[in-house]
Amino acid sequence: MNEASSVPVPRGRLAVVGGVLALPIRGFFGYLGDHSMMLWKALLWLFRRPFRPRLFLEQMEFIGVGSLPIILLVGFFSGAVSAQQTVRALKLFGQERFVGATVGLSLALELAPVFTALMITARAGSGMATELGSMRITEQIDALSTFAVNPVQYLVTPRIVASVVMLPIMTMVFNAIGLIGAYIYAVIIAGVDVGSFIEHFRYLTDPSDYLQGAIKAAVFGGSLSLAACYQGYNVRGGAKEVGLATTRAVVAGSVSVLVLDFFVGDALGTFFPFQS
Amino acid sequence: MPASPSPSPSPSSSPARPPVPAADLTKPDPRWQIRIRGLNKTFGPQHVLRGLDLDIERGKINIIIGGSGQGKSVLMKHLMGLLKPDSGNIYVDGLDIVPLADVEMAKLRRKFGMVFQYAALFDSQNVVENIAFPLIERYKLSRDEIMARVRELLKRLDLDHVDGIEQKFPAELSGGQRKRVGLARALIDRPEILLYDEPTTGLDPVATKNVDEMILRTSHDFGVTSVVISHDMASTFRIGDRVSMLYEGKILVTGPAQDVLRAPDAPVREFVEMAGLTVPPLGVSA
Repeated sequence: MNEASSVPVPRGRLAVVGGVLALPIRGFFGYLGDHSMMLWKALLWLFRRPFRPRLFLEQMEFIGVGSLPIILLVGFFSGAVSAQQTVRALKLFGQERFVGATVGLSLALELAPVFTALMITARAGSGMATELGSMRITEQIDALSTFAVNPVQYLVTPRIVASVVMLPIMTMVFNAIGLIGAYIYAVIIAGVDVGSFIEHFRYLTDPSDYLQGAIKAAVFGGSLSLAACYQGYNVRGGAKEVGLATTRAVVAGSVSVLVLDFFVGDALGTFFPFQS
Repeated sequence: MPASPSPSPSPSSSPARPPVPAADLTKPDPRWQIRIRGLNKTFGPQHVLRGLDLDIERGKINIIIGGSGQGKSVLMKHLMGLLKPDSGNIYVDGLDIVPLADVEMAKLRRKFGMVFQYAALFDSQNVVENIAFPLIERYKLSRDEIMARVRELLKRLDLDHVDGIEQKFPAELSGGQRKRVGLARALIDRPEILLYDEPTTGLDPVATKNVDEMILRTSHDFGVTSVVISHDMASTFRIGDRVSMLYEGKILVTGPAQDVLRAPDAPVREFVEMAGLTVPPLGVSA
């Protein structure tokens, strides 16, 4: 070997700084790419036999019915607290009668889809990551492959589809119970006129507001379940790594919900312009 | 190792293996069910399998021994097609499985059953659902047909006398029962080849002996080719018909168990001496 070739070439300071800066960027795009690949595989396997509807129903039950108590509790108090603050603010202008419309709109467009997604991330997303992580470290995922069952089709596709389907439904439940909470606070406790509450709500809210909330919820369902499945499916190691994957799944799921909320809300704004 | 059937094979080291013409490997051989040639696998900078050659004898208990990190589990995953080698060939009944597409590989996997180290039973399914899983996934059988086959296996593996075994979940089973249920799941589709991944790891001596007897009995009763990955030397020489030692990514020595026990290679001697072996072979329990 030529002696000169074995001498390391000194790197410029700029190159070193560039390399250090490039690392997180490469990491981010790699992370995004891995998620996209998993989503793509999950979607491809959705249309290939066998379809196994039982797995989809089981996941819908886990994500939807299983989350119902927490959604009802959080939804009721979110509506009530929202009404409490709105009444306090509107009283400054003597316009408490608009509380039904204000809370209804904020629930439909923002509070219901976001809070539902965050609750389901915490409950079902963490459960998905833990279950898949445990299956990975105990070789259950390898066992599926030995029976010629594609693990992505069997484990990931039903969870993503069930989340996309169930999130909008749970969001509507959140809306309904939130309105009940708002009504109880505003009408029964704060003494807002019942006719004004209902009439302004009916006049100022629109089915398209609920449609926007449902679309947001479906997108959140896809992102939170993808984050959970990705973290659980790719666990390497033991119980500690499963715990870390669960934490990462909840953090990634929650962050993705809040980030997507901005972009999806912005995009929906162009399709559903605000009408006074 | 001889390339063709020979009456009394003796242990041999990989480098001395006479090359077998490629054409012979692509024909089903009456003696060798699986033939591996020149298998290489790297994970990043780590060269795990280094041109590994190995023959697996049909209908016998073939044991692959080796220390931790020598690539035993990687080799097992190659046999099932769960990993693809960087180079080399794996012939199963004369068919090279390395270039097979996923769909073809999925069909070929029906020849195999695998018993995992800790059974790898599905936590969310009960014993019947676990055992019946391959049948449910592969065929459209009636519930009665499936239950008949599950119950037959439970009986043959001495699980039928456990109270309420059918409805129990994996968490409610003992270590030995889990292994048996795992074996039943591997056997339900009547495979030709059974792979065992370190079946005695983590078991006490009595349970180890029971698992050894289970492997012996399964091999005799079901007539399957067994491939056992192990680092348990005592078990190996109790039940193995043919033993191969994996060392630094290659088969260091291979042959009938009693001959390998006397092989002069230093790593084999070290393994044998550390295990303090003079183990008589077990008979098949009635």
